[in-house]
Amino acid sequence: MENRDLIIIGAGPAGLSGAICAGYSGFKPLVFEENMPGGLAGEIPVLENYPGIGKGSSGKDLIDRMIEQCKGTAAEIHQFEKVTKLNLEGKEKIIETDKSKYTANAVVIASGRHPSMLGVPGEKEFRGKGVSYCAVCDRVFFKNRKVTVIGEGAHAIEVALYLAESASSTILISLNPRFEAEKILVKRLEEQRINVLTGVKVKEIKGDIKVKSVVLSDKGTSDIREIETDGVFLQLEEKPNSQLARSAGIKVNKKGYIIVDEKGRTNFEGVYAVGDVTDGSVKKVITAVAQAFVAVNDIFEPVIRKK
Amino acid sequence: MLGTNLKHLEAKGEVEEVLKNDEKVMICCGRMGPMCIPVYGVMENLESRYPKIQFRDMDFDMPVASFIKDLPECSSFMGLPFTVYFKNGTVVKATTSIQNEKQIVDILDEVFKD
Repeated sequence: MENRDLIIIGAGPAGLSGAICAGYSGFKPLVFEENMPGGLAGEIPVLENYPGIGKGSSGKDLIDRMIEQCKGTAAEIHQFEKVTKLNLEGKEKIIETDKSKYTANAVVIASGRHPSMLGVPGEKEFRGKGVSYCAVCDRVFFKNRKVTVIGEGAHAIEVALYLAESASSTILISLNPRFEAEKILVKRLEEQRINVLTGVKVKEIKGDIKVKSVVLSDKGTSDIREIETDGVFLQLEEKPNSQLARSAGIKVNKKGYIIVDEKGRTNFEGVYAVGDVTDGSVKKVITAVAQAFVAVNDIFEPVIRKK
Repeated sequence: MLGTNLKHLEAKGEVEEVLKNDEKVMICCGRMGPMCIPVYGVMENLESRYPKIQFRDMDFDMPVASFIKDLPECSSFMGLPFTVYFKNGTVVKATTSIQNEKQIVDILDEVFKD
């Protein structure tokens, strides 16, 4: 079995930041990513609220730069390698993947979150035929067309603003009656004349070979109405990717987020969690990055002191 | 050019050649985005398991991609990637948007069964 100083599960902003931090400190972290690096951050159209980045960069731009930074260190990323089992008892942690078995002195879980499905008729049927979960990927198909964004929070607003740049009209259906987003974003919604609907429930996505409309019911009166649209972009509440951690005995809260202290420590010695998968209240790229640096410093500080 | 380990199709002649010479072909036409990369990854993993199938990718933004975009089977597609399965040069299945390994394997086993 191959042994590593540190194994990181997940190559989103938190996982990559942990790898950069450890790599620059002279360690050889190994990062496992079962899909593509970036996670949900890779789908952020404009990473506007990240200090020093500004309007010109997307989440993917930031992730690409992080990967480049990793390449300048001894950090290694194994893409398309899925961690299948964790044994976290004792000092030496055992990490099984779909390709091999490893041991590590410390483990950082940065497995992030995944978007929820809406679960209404038409969602699966029209996936890729008007229903999309990735505005960055699919905006090209909706130029000068009517689009509808369904979701909640800042990310749904960001997506609506991004689509409005090229769509003929944009509607944002907020599943949450009040926007939990920065005021600057809410103001831009008004400036862009994006029609915001609240107090409604999505009943169905309808179409023939492509999406044609969305059926809504009023939460108060139960009145049904149908709005014409060419595309439905779903930006729903994300859920934590914590199943693997839970099955290894790591404590999570009621919503499934991993419980950590201020250093990112879990209930297992030498096992940390950082980023969106944790019970931290702020789910932003910047907080994920910061959590990773704090955790990795906590892991290696005793080693560095001894040197 | 796409940053994958798959063989790329970059010219119409290359597409015609693989469809003419190979009985079973899967082509994934996309970009290096979050919906496309997982599909390329699955294809890379399946290459050794399905040696009789030719796995190819194609950059959605290159002129050659019109070969896939203009297929009648893709006329309703509005989500990347476009993935098309050919048997003896004829389209036998086409999908849009991300697909996981099980979905792809199910299609391969269905459309390319001997």
